[in-house]
Amino acid sequence: MEELTHTRHNHLIDPNLTIWGWEIPVYLFLGGFVAGMMILSGVIYLRRRNQPGATVVFILPYISLILLSLGMLALFIDLEHKLYTWRLYLTFKPLSPMSWGAWILLLVYPVLILKILINPFFLFRDVAPISKFYKFLNASADRKNFIAYANIVIGAMLGAYTGILLSALGARPLWNSGILWLLFLVSGLSGAAAFIHLIAPDKGEREMMAKTDNYLLAGELFVIAFFLTSLLSSSAVHIQAATILLSGAYAPSFWGFVIIAGIIIPLIIQSLAVSHKVKHTPIAPLMVIAGGLILRFVIVYAGQLSGY
Amino acid sequence: MARFAMVIDTRRCVGCMDCVVACKTENSVPEGFNRDWITTAVKGKMPDLHMEIRTERCNHCSNPPCVHCCPTGASHVHDIGGVVLVTHNECIGCKACVASCPYDARFIHPDGYADKCTFCIHRTEKGELPACVSVCPTHCMHFGDLDNPESEVSKLLNSRNYHVNHPAAGTEPHVYYLT
Repeated sequence: MEELTHTRHNHLIDPNLTIWGWEIPVYLFLGGFVAGMMILSGVIYLRRRNQPGATVVFILPYISLILLSLGMLALFIDLEHKLYTWRLYLTFKPLSPMSWGAWILLLVYPVLILKILINPFFLFRDVAPISKFYKFLNASADRKNFIAYANIVIGAMLGAYTGILLSALGARPLWNSGILWLLFLVSGLSGAAAFIHLIAPDKGEREMMAKTDNYLLAGELFVIAFFLTSLLSSSAVHIQAATILLSGAYAPSFWGFVIIAGIIIPLIIQSLAVSHKVKHTPIAPLMVIAGGLILRFVIVYAGQLSGY
Repeated sequence: MARFAMVIDTRRCVGCMDCVVACKTENSVPEGFNRDWITTAVKGKMPDLHMEIRTERCNHCSNPPCVHCCPTGASHVHDIGGVVLVTHNECIGCKACVASCPYDARFIHPDGYADKCTFCIHRTEKGELPACVSVCPTHCMHFGDLDNPESEVSKLLNSRNYHVNHPAAGTEPHVYYLT
């Protein structure tokens, strides 16, 4: 046994790292959620483009723009040297996930706006520059398909980057997993599917999203299992990090809110709903979305507790 | 190319904190923060205990995670001595470097940028010793160029047993502790 005593008491560093508060988990959640909406809206568009009727895919880019902007606001609030934020865009650092993220975020906005311009809100359809884009994009199916594919690809990059951002920080063993990006991507997709299930005007789309979400929730359980087993089969510091979630300080939130209330219970409710044994209610999707948010909080906070 | 390193003789260090005070004075480190500190490590079982006192700081790693994760290039490896430095007016205060350091050697300066030990680069690039080394009353601290086999630090590491902190983190640190 070794007992260490430090004379250092740096603010936000000692006794435990607490540099990232609510802003980062909220940003990671909203980033993943928007990524999920971009991917699903692209997939739904490509699957349903020839079918008439109301579709959710043209509502999602508006919501994505608002939520992503709120997420970036949270990120901006977290920065300690705000006046120098522009420095992000004077360079590209290939080894820094945060640099990748800054540039990916620049790609997300135009892709979302192009998606809006395929089918703009009817009041703006005749307004000068918008009508021009609207007509140009709708003149060719290939252009619209390209925008749908771009939403899927850029959305996947955004969703994956939110996990890579943390996993690249090797000094925090809980985050230092090669599978964290997949966990955040699947969780983002699952939250987005739950959200579409909540708001879609078309019954067919609601049913489709409930079924999709069930597969995603089951997949998320597997990814979490792989995430934990990879930590538990690694070095002493990684095992110690996994213990923070499994039986340590964050075990109640992890098991109670993320696994049971955020995945297992909504999975049971939605499985019964898609087999028409119970009615579709907002309860299960809301639990999935809250579970996704709490997952980011638990991972960011517990990760800061882990270390060498 | 020089490779600056610090060698601490843990058999001589008494944890007097002169190095801590010298650093705070030399570098105007703000109240409530430290660029260097004293760690006391007690190992073993009663009554068979072993205590090591050591002065710690940024390890100026050869594989510095804080430099790799920096999105603006504010954290960088200096041309002289391989010292890891932060350019204040390029730092956005994202704190990725703080999270990436296994030694928790960085902190956010009250002015908003990431701060840490610089091996007193303003002194060492002129051939002087870092402030902490220059004041050590027990002469347990040594500073020099590892690329020069005739330097004091090279000779000490060739002749004595030593360890570094958290070698498993893979950062290749350059503060060595003689045992």
